[in-house]
Amino acid sequence: MREMVLMVVVLTVLSSISGGLLAYLDDYLGPLIEKNELQLVKGPAIKKILSKASNDPISDSKYRFNLKDEGVEKSFFVGVFDGKPNVVVFETTGKGYGDKFGLLVGVNVTDDKIIGISLTTHKETPGLGGNAKDDPTWVEQFKGLSVIKPIKITNDGGSINAIGGATITSRAVCGAVTKAGATYMKMKTQVTEQLKSVK
Amino acid sequence: MAKSLTQEFTKGLWDEVPPFRLVLGLCPVLGVTTTLENGWGMGLATMFVLVCSNFLVSLLRKVIPSKVRIACFIIIIATFVIVVELMMQAYAYELYISLGVFIPLIVVNCIVLGRAEAFASKNGIVPSLLDGLGIGIGFTLSLSALAAIREIIGNGTLTLHKKAEIMFELANYAPSFEPFAFMVQPPGAFICLGLMLCVMNLIGNK
Repeated sequence: MREMVLMVVVLTVLSSISGGLLAYLDDYLGPLIEKNELQLVKGPAIKKILSKASNDPISDSKYRFNLKDEGVEKSFFVGVFDGKPNVVVFETTGKGYGDKFGLLVGVNVTDDKIIGISLTTHKETPGLGGNAKDDPTWVEQFKGLSVIKPIKITNDGGSINAIGGATITSRAVCGAVTKAGATYMKMKTQVTEQLKSVK
Repeated sequence: MAKSLTQEFTKGLWDEVPPFRLVLGLCPVLGVTTTLENGWGMGLATMFVLVCSNFLVSLLRKVIPSKVRIACFIIIIATFVIVVELMMQAYAYELYISLGVFIPLIVVNCIVLGRAEAFASKNGIVPSLLDGLGIGIGFTLSLSALAAIREIIGNGTLTLHKKAEIMFELANYAPSFEPFAFMVQPPGAFICLGLMLCVMNLIGNK
């Protein structure tokens, strides 16, 4: 009996100490990790979408703003085209074939059309679903589509050609873009308000 | 048969060097050793976990009930692995990306658990620390050696630190060298490891 109590006590104490330590460390290192992610994972993806923009939203924090969507902070990155800040890039998530993926969507606020999308973190199969990130011609298809209508693959009556052998991934990316579009439409007034203050 | 402290330390460097003598923990050994930087990065990460977990296991060896010892070891090891993972994400993000899933997998690395069970849970703190350090250094050196051989033959380069651009390129010295890409692919790892084992056994048998 005494041994059983001891087992429970030792395991509980050990787990709580380790949990506490890790929570503290995560709290302490969190901002640094986020900064690294921004620079090394999201940064290149944002730059790819905003390749023709004249500003650099990664190193210059005045081209970034945060808005709350249903209690969750969302970061928006502003792209300046032809001297006007009229493009926002923001992140959304979707559920792919292998776990969750992060997706950046760039939308032009003057005509509500997509200017580009890019996958950030994902666990899709390399060579199949992974092509959603690696094959630039596939994501080209999203360019110029309106975010007001849902975006679908051709099998589902839409206009996006699915990646061969990766229908689930293709469908998931379309779903995530559609979801991002809905979020964008919902927050559009706030977004345009913020854009006015960006010079 | 108590060994001296020096012996506890040096046995990890040659007599019981993990990947070659014990042939343990081969998954990261074969998986990450495509560049020298990956090799020493993985080695140091494992060494940190090994030393810390050996220390703590040895410290708590009288408190931990023997029936739940494995669970306790895993908690201790897993904690240090996550510490390493977070530190790497914060201070060496490129290395973290290139090592990928192998960092969390240190939890189930049989060298770490093996040392905790076979050594640290039966010995004092100082010998356990030295044991962890010795095995850790041996592991780091083995990984670096294997990675260096694979990278120089397979890619014609030696990358010590990619971000700081400390690297050696064979092409600058021998322009006609054609990289033998097979060596950086998985089968190359097996063949390279096998040849190194063979050489080590030849030396050891004399």
